[in-house]
Amino acid sequence: MQPTSPQFKQNARDAIADDPLQAALAKLAVGFPMRRLEAAARLPEFEGLRDQARDIKTHVLENLDHYLEAYEQKVTESGGHVHWCRDAAEARNTILDICRKANAKTVTKSKSMISEEIAVNAFLEENGIEPVETDLGEYIIQLRKEPPSHIIAPAIHLSKEQVAETFRNAHLDLAADRSLVEPRALLEEARAKLREKFLGADVGLTGANMLIAETGTNVLVTNEGNADLTNNLPRVHVVIASIEKIVPTLEDASTILRVLARSATGQDISVYTTFCTGPKRPEDLDGPEEYHVVLLDNGRSDMIGSEFHEMLRCIRCGACLNHCPIYKSVGGHAYGWVYSGPMGAVLIPNLIGMEEAQHLPNASTLCGKCESVCPMRIPLPKMLRKWRERQFKAEIGSPSARWALKSWAWLAKRPALYRMAMNAGVAFLGQIGGRGRFRSLPFAGGWTSKRDLTAPSGDTFISQYHKGVRGDQSGALKRKKVHG
Amino acid sequence: MSARDDILGKLRSKLGHINAPKGDNPALKHIQEHQKNLIPKRGDLDKAQRIELFCKEATRVNATINLLTSFDEVPDQVSAYLREHQLPAKIKIAPHPVLKGLDWQQKTSLMVDEGRGAGDDGVSVSMAYGGVAETGTLVMSSGPETPTSLNFLPLDHIVVVEADDIAGNYEAVWERIRVASGPGKLPRTVNWITGPSRTADIEQTLLLGAHGPQRLHILIVDQPGA
Repeated sequence: MQPTSPQFKQNARDAIADDPLQAALAKLAVGFPMRRLEAAARLPEFEGLRDQARDIKTHVLENLDHYLEAYEQKVTESGGHVHWCRDAAEARNTILDICRKANAKTVTKSKSMISEEIAVNAFLEENGIEPVETDLGEYIIQLRKEPPSHIIAPAIHLSKEQVAETFRNAHLDLAADRSLVEPRALLEEARAKLREKFLGADVGLTGANMLIAETGTNVLVTNEGNADLTNNLPRVHVVIASIEKIVPTLEDASTILRVLARSATGQDISVYTTFCTGPKRPEDLDGPEEYHVVLLDNGRSDMIGSEFHEMLRCIRCGACLNHCPIYKSVGGHAYGWVYSGPMGAVLIPNLIGMEEAQHLPNASTLCGKCESVCPMRIPLPKMLRKWRERQFKAEIGSPSARWALKSWAWLAKRPALYRMAMNAGVAFLGQIGGRGRFRSLPFAGGWTSKRDLTAPSGDTFISQYHKGVRGDQSGALKRKKVHG
Repeated sequence: MSARDDILGKLRSKLGHINAPKGDNPALKHIQEHQKNLIPKRGDLDKAQRIELFCKEATRVNATINLLTSFDEVPDQVSAYLREHQLPAKIKIAPHPVLKGLDWQQKTSLMVDEGRGAGDDGVSVSMAYGGVAETGTLVMSSGPETPTSLNFLPLDHIVVVEADDIAGNYEAVWERIRVASGPGKLPRTVNWITGPSRTADIEQTLLLGAHGPQRLHILIVDQPGA
């Protein structure tokens, strides 16, 4: 898809004025974080598991070449094929080739962010093959020709009325006066429609939550069971996955699974966790006859060893989205591409370029909540700052913002002058503002046009600290006396 | 240069592995050792407690469970389940020796078919490889006697699991599978199933039976002295 990331500011304005979206985001902002907290509280080992999950991926990334070779060997031994692809175009063509060889007319798909990244649906359609998304949320947004607005809840931005309207426009063979008021009715309609597709598909295309090097296995995590009908029923199973999805062993996969669902939906484990290895065995009664893995780089090897290396630990749980004040205000579409939230703001510039995605690393308060909930302990705020530094060096951004930053830097490097300026400024604003707020300020229209600025107390932190130090010292002395 | 050589070459150069001594492969060593990581204590229980925890966790995620003392009770239980939910007296069973060996005809008036799952199957009965108490998870392993499609196509899924096969944690089941399949190998499909199919994709409303079964019924068989 053509990114709309350059229009982030306009996208954000539109999102804030979108009532159904705001209602959905309000619900998300409460539900997901609460359920995550409850799941974590039920598992005393949760923090320790996060440390280990991080360490597993760190180890894999340090030895990614070795692990990819080991993984490939196991896929081949189990009768599958690995197709290495440098970029999106290679991956799309590889998938098309496999589909053509299979004489495929219909391809069922289970949710895959990588397939969104390479925009394979549009490509297959252009080439006369019908791709059918089978995750309920993905199915809805496919009918609406929209990108996902959340990693694990792709249609979270829509109301049930919008879904009903989408189904009425798409399922023209059904009675026009049928009731689609209840979510259950919508689900049953989609289930029936997609059941036909599952049974008729020639190729099943899935993503992979992980690739296990020990056994050449791909892991699929869903709650609906759609990935299972996708990989089991058609004659050909194609897995599309990026190279950093590797984990070493079944034990390591289990450790990461223990933090994945808890971080994502607050479930202890998703309903279906599936481990697929190769094609069906000769004596099996079902399963695909062919098994292909499309192993995609698409910018990942460039991130290895860079300032964004640690981003490759991401397991796409969506926790950073659910806890981000920016995501919770504007939703996923504002980010303008397939990823969103803090992980998207770090990843998108890596994948589509810093210039195109320049607003995204700036759309953050750097509050740090994302890092505090990330199961893989990815330092997202640090990497957002890295993008900002790079942008400044590359002279990207508005001249006035750059001028302000430069002036501030000049001043900040001269502490005495800085304190003098701050004391004067804060005292002045404190005096004219009293205990209230500024509704508008000259040179600060960017801030005050959307929100008030709290008036400062009239005294800087440093000067207050100096006043307070004596009290602290005497406190410390007193404590010493008691213990001494 | 092939894409494979290109990608691997780039990684080797970035990771400083180009001049690494041959045979020095931390990945293969790690895989061979396949050490266990931190395992939650909550599954570290004796058999009776394990089964209790399994039931508690599976029930939390909307599965229903009955405890039996013999496989012979399975046909009656299945029959009762169909009556309770007012379902047609027709089932598809996995061609597993234990299920095939049951006296379905004597005990019930069910129409019993066997084989892989089909699009119009209403109720399936399959045999689990094991269970995991930690999260109330069933472990299903594909094979000629246990086709995977039976786990997903029907609206009602009944699973028989032997009490002795319910482990405390995932790792214990992997150990069993490793012994059965050989190192570095797995059956085509291993499914962990924790409760019936669900979705919250429409306005974050939880609904059961998205694409897989709407109901998951577990029969735990604990044979005395077994």
